[in-house]
Amino acid sequence: MQPAYPFTMTVHVKCFASLRQQLGVDAIDIEHRFDMTVADVWQALSRQPPPGNLLCARNFEYVDFNQSVADGDEIAFFPPVTGG
Amino acid sequence: MRVEIRPQPFAPWQEVGDYQERHLARGAFGASAVFVGSMRDFNRGEPVRNMALEHYAGMTERQLTQLTEEAVQRHDLLDALLLHRIGNLRPNDPIVLVATWSAHRAEAFTACREIMEALKTRATFWKKETLTDGERWVDGNTPG
Repeated sequence: MQPAYPFTMTVHVKCFASLRQQLGVDAIDIEHRFDMTVADVWQALSRQPPPGNLLCARNFEYVDFNQSVADGDEIAFFPPVTGG
Repeated sequence: MRVEIRPQPFAPWQEVGDYQERHLARGAFGASAVFVGSMRDFNRGEPVRNMALEHYAGMTERQLTQLTEEAVQRHDLLDALLLHRIGNLRPNDPIVLVATWSAHRAEAFTACREIMEALKTRATFWKKETLTDGERWVDGNTPG
């Protein structure tokens, strides 16, 4: 028997600082097919191309846009950091 | 080693003294280096009234612990203390405290600087300034 298609997974997305204000998104869950990258998560979040200085993290570690994501991951997008 | 994110104002010199008294063996260290970063009342030519410091709960704590542990191991420190504010700050409020202890001065000096520079480039904090006529996000760090 064929399983239902498409398979989907859920990722938890967070946005910070100026990006949060621009997108009007603090935290949101996104459902997507399984073969998903950070870039796909961004496209699901915004129709705009990602800002050139955009940073992203997967499960609290910096990653590139082509990083694969897995079901249940926390993906964060944010501008350059300004602590200290 | 202690790493903390503080939502309330702290007194950096009191913190350094208390920590040293409680955690450093008398006579074991020959050098302690301290950096304190405080909020200015001006930035980029404009007066700044207040500042909000946001962080990524969960990630920031991990980063600060990791970069401090790296410095302790790389420079064979006896101990290190790192405190960083979040929340609403006013001019003159301390933002960050880095203190390092070692047998000789080179390691304490170098590690203190390295921790600060790593924090500035990696740690997930963001500043929003309140000016006399509105607000703005700080979009990058000034060179050290």
